[in-house]
Amino acid sequence: MRDFSYLRADNIEAARNAAALPGAMLLAGGTTLIDLAKCGVVEPATVIDISHIEGLNAIDVTADRALIGALAKMSHVADHAEVKSLFPAVSEALWQAASAQLRNMATIGGNLMQRTRCPYFRDPANFPACNKREPGSGCSAIGGVTRGHAVLGVSEACIATYPEDLAVALVAFDAEVDLGERRLTVEDFFLAPGATAEQEHDIRPGEVITAIEIPGSAAARRSTYIKVRDRQSYEFAAASAAVGLELEGDGRTIRDIRVALGGVATKPWRARAVEDALKGKALDEATIREASELAMQGAVDHGANHYKIALAPRVIARAILKLGETA
Amino acid sequence: MTSQIIIDPPEDGHFRNGVATKGLTPSPTTLSLRLTINGRDHALEIEPRVTLLDALRERLHLTGTKKGCDHGQCGACTVHVDGERVLACLTLAAQVEGRTITTIEGLADEDGTLHAVQAAFLEQDAFQCGYCTPGQIMSAVACIREGHAGSDEEIREYMAGNLCRCGAYPNIVAAVRQAAQELRS
Repeated sequence: MRDFSYLRADNIEAARNAAALPGAMLLAGGTTLIDLAKCGVVEPATVIDISHIEGLNAIDVTADRALIGALAKMSHVADHAEVKSLFPAVSEALWQAASAQLRNMATIGGNLMQRTRCPYFRDPANFPACNKREPGSGCSAIGGVTRGHAVLGVSEACIATYPEDLAVALVAFDAEVDLGERRLTVEDFFLAPGATAEQEHDIRPGEVITAIEIPGSAAARRSTYIKVRDRQSYEFAAASAAVGLELEGDGRTIRDIRVALGGVATKPWRARAVEDALKGKALDEATIREASELAMQGAVDHGANHYKIALAPRVIARAILKLGETA
Repeated sequence: MTSQIIIDPPEDGHFRNGVATKGLTPSPTTLSLRLTINGRDHALEIEPRVTLLDALRERLHLTGTKKGCDHGQCGACTVHVDGERVLACLTLAAQVEGRTITTIEGLADEDGTLHAVQAAFLEQDAFQCGYCTPGQIMSAVACIREGHAGSDEEIREYMAGNLCRCGAYPNIVAAVRQAAQELRS
C-alpha cells in the first residue's frame, strides 16, 4: 500500500472541503478503501478520516420514513427494532451481508460507495486491462472467467457485478441519498457502466453522503430479502431479491409490489416489468413465476454466468411466495 | 495527534498530516499517536498507512492478534474497538486513537484466570493448529455479548466471519454454545 497523508475531519464542512481536493479519498469504516489500497486499485494522496464526525450516525425511524445517518454502522441498522418491524427487507439485506466484524466497521454511506468485487478489477498487477480502473484499457472479464459477472445493465466496456445487498432493498423502496446540495434517488445514484465504466456513482468532488431516507409504505412493512449464494453465509449473492408486497382487502389481489435484484446486474436493479405485470393480479404461483421471468428482459450472458438468467426469476418468485404466506 | 477542523483547503493543495496548512511545509511521513490497548496507553510514531494489526504486531509486539489474509476475509485479526468486534487489518491505527482497544492478550483476568470463552475453547478442543483461535475467541466473546449465540444456527451465522482451515467448526460451535450458557447463568 502506497503511503498517504492522513487528515481527520471533525465536521461535515471540513469533510466537504477536503473531499474536493485532487487525490483525496474519504475514510469511514475503511473496509473497501484500505482493502483496495492494499490491492493497488486505489492510491489516495490524502485520506480524510470522517469517522469521528459526531451526529452523523443517528437512526431515526417512524411509520413515514427511516432516516439513517451516513456513519451509522451496518450492524446497528440491521439490529434496530423499528427497521426490523417497518423495513424488514433492509434489516435482512444488512445482516446477510459481509461478516459481523465487517458490519461493525462499515457505514451506510460507505456501503453505498463500495466498489465491485470483479476479480479482474481487484488485481491490477495481473490484469492491467480494466475500464473501471483505467478508462479505455479494455475489459479482462469479457473472454475471462465470468461466473460471478452481471447479465443485466452490462456494456462492451464492463460486465462487473454490483456486489452489495443494502442498496438493492433501498432501490426497491424508492430510498434517497442526501448529498448536501443535491438529493438523488438511490436508483439514480448508481450508474450502469455504458461507455464510462469508471463512473459508478453520481457524486461530484466535494460532495459527501450525509444520510439516506427510505419512505415508509405498506410494501416496505411486508418485505423480505432473499439471497442465494455459493455458501450459506459470508458470501456475495449469486442472485438476490428485495421484494415488498401490499394486498387488497380481499387478501389475494396485489395492490402494490416492489422488486429489485442483486448479484446479477451492474447496479442495484429495479425490476419494474415484474411489478407492472403483477399489480392488480391475484397472488397465484403460476402468475408470479411467469411475471418473474420478465426481470430478465435484455439479459446478456458471457457463458459461465448464464445460470443467473434462470436463477434470478426463481429467487424473485420465492420471495413473493414467502411474503404471500405471511398474513 | 490532535484532531483538527479544516475550514479551508490549503492554498498550495498540500496537507500536512493532521493539519491543514497554508504554507509550503512538506507532508511529514509519520504521525504521533496514543493508543489505549488492554487498559494501557501506548505512544507510537507511525506512517499514516500503518494498520492497527501491524501496529499491534510489529510495533507493540502484541502478536496474539494474527495476520491471515490481510484483506478482511478470514477474521484472524479480530479485536474489539469500544467493545465491538472489528478487523484490525482493515483499520488504520490512526483511526482508533481515543478508542478503547482490546486484544486477546487483554481478555483473561490479571491473575491469569481465563475468560469463559477461552476456557470453553480448551474444554471443547475447539482448535487444531490454533492460528485462527485468537480471532475466533475475540469474535465469540462479542457474539455472545451481542445476543447472537441463541442457537447453533445463529452461532454459525454470526461466527461466519472467522475461517478455520483445520475445520474445527463443530467444536468451535460447541465452545461458543457452552460459554454462552455459562455467561448467561
